[in-house]
Amino acid sequence: MAANPTAADSSLSPAPGQLHRSHRNTRTLVNTGLTVLAFVVSAVAMLPLFSVLYMLVVRGGPLLSGHLFTELTPGAGSEGGGVGNAILGTLVVVVVATLLALPLGFLAAVYLAEYGGESKLAVTVRFAGKVLTGMPSILAGVFAYALVVVTMGHFSALAGGVATGILMVPVVMLTSEQALLMVPSKMKLAALGMGANRSQMVLQIVIPAAMPGILTGVMLALARAMGETAPLLFTALFSDYWFEGKLGEPIASLAVLIYNFSGSPFPNQVNLAWAGSLVLVTSVLVVNVIAQVVTRRQHEN
Amino acid sequence: MSDDADAKVSASRSKAASAAPAAGRDVIDCRVGKLYYGNFLAVRDTNIGVKANEITAFIGPSGCGKSTVLRCLNRMNDFVPSFRLEGSVHYQGQDIYAPHIDPVAVRRSIGMVFQQPNPFAMSIYKNVAFGLKLNGFKGDHGQRIEQALRGAALWDEVKDKLHTSGLSLSGGQQQRLCIARAIAVEPELLLMDEPCSALDPIATRRIEELMLELKQKYTIAIVTHNLQQAQRVADRTAFLFVDTSAGGRTGYLIEYRATEQLFSDPKEQRTKEYIRGEFS
Repeated sequence: MAANPTAADSSLSPAPGQLHRSHRNTRTLVNTGLTVLAFVVSAVAMLPLFSVLYMLVVRGGPLLSGHLFTELTPGAGSEGGGVGNAILGTLVVVVVATLLALPLGFLAAVYLAEYGGESKLAVTVRFAGKVLTGMPSILAGVFAYALVVVTMGHFSALAGGVATGILMVPVVMLTSEQALLMVPSKMKLAALGMGANRSQMVLQIVIPAAMPGILTGVMLALARAMGETAPLLFTALFSDYWFEGKLGEPIASLAVLIYNFSGSPFPNQVNLAWAGSLVLVTSVLVVNVIAQVVTRRQHEN
Repeated sequence: MSDDADAKVSASRSKAASAAPAAGRDVIDCRVGKLYYGNFLAVRDTNIGVKANEITAFIGPSGCGKSTVLRCLNRMNDFVPSFRLEGSVHYQGQDIYAPHIDPVAVRRSIGMVFQQPNPFAMSIYKNVAFGLKLNGFKGDHGQRIEQALRGAALWDEVKDKLHTSGLSLSGGQQQRLCIARAIAVEPELLLMDEPCSALDPIATRRIEELMLELKQKYTIAIVTHNLQQAQRVADRTAFLFVDTSAGGRTGYLIEYRATEQLFSDPKEQRTKEYIRGEFS
């Protein structure tokens, strides 16, 4: 390509000989400076997470042993013991919460994504869901207290499950709706073109295709649910004994254990609070990592 | 051991087969008086009868309504909320736009292949089995699936990986999978909306060869913007054009004749101009 002589006069391109990199150029300096700043700030942003983890490992690590998982929480002043009943209790509450929240949130998402569209009901439900994701968790506890505890006349694992489930529903609903909406419409048209009616298309094509995204949403909701303390404080209360299959009885949980024991005058209980925190944070981390892995595998497809 | 659904399918096939020798039998007769999306008149005055065991091509410039007319044939336009048809489409002796007709039932006996390959997010086997499941086919699924995949010239490439995801195939293979999925239920009519435009020339050629084989058993209507493709595969070609005289863009049928005649001796001026490349 021959160079156009008249174009060179008013051209904004660098003149010949000026293409080499200059480190004193303002533009380069600003670029380098901002890049360094971005890295530094990212590192700083990770500090709280890593410092919390570090602290938990240092304080709670020494108590990690088989006993921690198999023994009951010790009473005031007692030595030894573990957090086994709290771990089991957290699992029980989370299972109850999931059994309540999953069908509710998932079916609501199916309605929002496939049937409701922009109808008044759908718009309202979506808005309510978004507001509820930011709801103070203690309100879920108050609601479950009024609904379950007062009705039953006593605290229970069921009430704790209801309170936690209420917190899970909006997350499950909104993430499942997004997962369903991400199913390509060309896939839906293919099903409709073959003579599937709407429900067949949704049940046999859309939901299976959206499953990885839905599971991710459930796991994120789970991770949140595991760590909430306020909803359990006056619903599930606490218990120093193993769960015996009675959902109508109060139950231990890691979150409430940490709350109770961290302010205790007895060093044994304080140490157990640290160990319980480590177990809880590790569990939340593991669930989040699993959710990430599932999402990544889905994107690779 | 023949079951109800099985018997129905073979009965309709033998009905079609015995009717085929009657040359020029219309499998579907589309009469568009006026077709609206809301207030927009998209297509007018287009009457096309698709004949049995032939390939009928719809050609024309962008916006002339060829895909719209194709989608009328299996009531896929119903999914556009503002769609309204003043006209009729006669299929299996009835007007499928009559109020008592179930569009879902119509779509079960008409297959459709789209511009973008769109296999389901499931295994190759389940993709092809979907239509069989939908129609309650009680016979040997495995055998029908193999038949369909052979019919779509895909069997040899996938026979060892039937349970891998349909999405893991290449573009051309995915499109052949969509064709296999459509023909597994042996539809009376197969609609193809620019099936090759997302594919490379070699994949395109394979699908064109496939179409020529398929027409022995099926009736095919294809929309294409590729004139050479229409000349290569179509028995009959309908040329649609855009009418901008009233300020809008309304598609309408200019000429519908045997392909060879349309291309070698077009009767209408617009057809001559289009074929000679004066319009895109």
